[in-house]
Amino acid sequence: MSQANDRVLVQTQDFSAPEEYARIAADDSDGAVVTFVGKVRDFNDGSAVTDLTLEHYPGMTEAVLNQIAAEARERWPLTHVTIIHRVGTMALGEQIVFIGVTSAHRKAAFAACEFLIDFLKTKAPFWKLEAGEQGKNWVEAKDADEQAAKMWDKQ
Amino acid sequence: MINVLFFAQVRELLGESTIKVEASEQTTTAEGLRALLAAKDDKWGKVLASDKLLVAVNQTISSWDTQVEDGDEVAFFPPVTGG
Repeated sequence: MSQANDRVLVQTQDFSAPEEYARIAADDSDGAVVTFVGKVRDFNDGSAVTDLTLEHYPGMTEAVLNQIAAEARERWPLTHVTIIHRVGTMALGEQIVFIGVTSAHRKAAFAACEFLIDFLKTKAPFWKLEAGEQGKNWVEAKDADEQAAKMWDKQ
Repeated sequence: MINVLFFAQVRELLGESTIKVEASEQTTTAEGLRALLAAKDDKWGKVLASDKLLVAVNQTISSWDTQVEDGDEVAFFPPVTGG
């Protein structure tokens, strides 16, 4: 199921985007490297956020991320696929998620990267608990995220 | 026994992260298991009645009519919000 060039990690510690880039960017047959980093934002739904705690379902999370990576490979010719998602408590501005893909051409790499983050957001069992001035609050799932993931069904 | 897990707001509201449930004729589907747990008391009934509640049987998001067998792992949780 999971490929040699897939790197799927669920971890509490931070990651280094330059190191993750270097890890996937060395292949001379790849003309395109696309990466995405998601961060803890200061405002959500109009209230100030001071930190974020990510809960997940150990075991299922890794399985779903591997499935999503495999699905991206079925749709586009990809060389490397990296998905790193942090769990635990993260302060404002910290990195949460890294997606990195490489391909011979840019279109496949751009599309696969967007597909991976859209699917991760709607299918992988992670939950965000935001802490702010008004206390702690579970983040509500957004219809827009569900719509973004559904867009890929039509293609 | 069925290993039942709760995550995020569902876990917090119920005050439980995992419980064991004896497999019976009431627990042969995900919906049956939900109904059995919801009958515990008002709190459980309310939390598990949410129309947004999701269920995963053996770590795969499943429909409510999915079969549940002795030894299975069944998790109840709200819509996911990672990324």
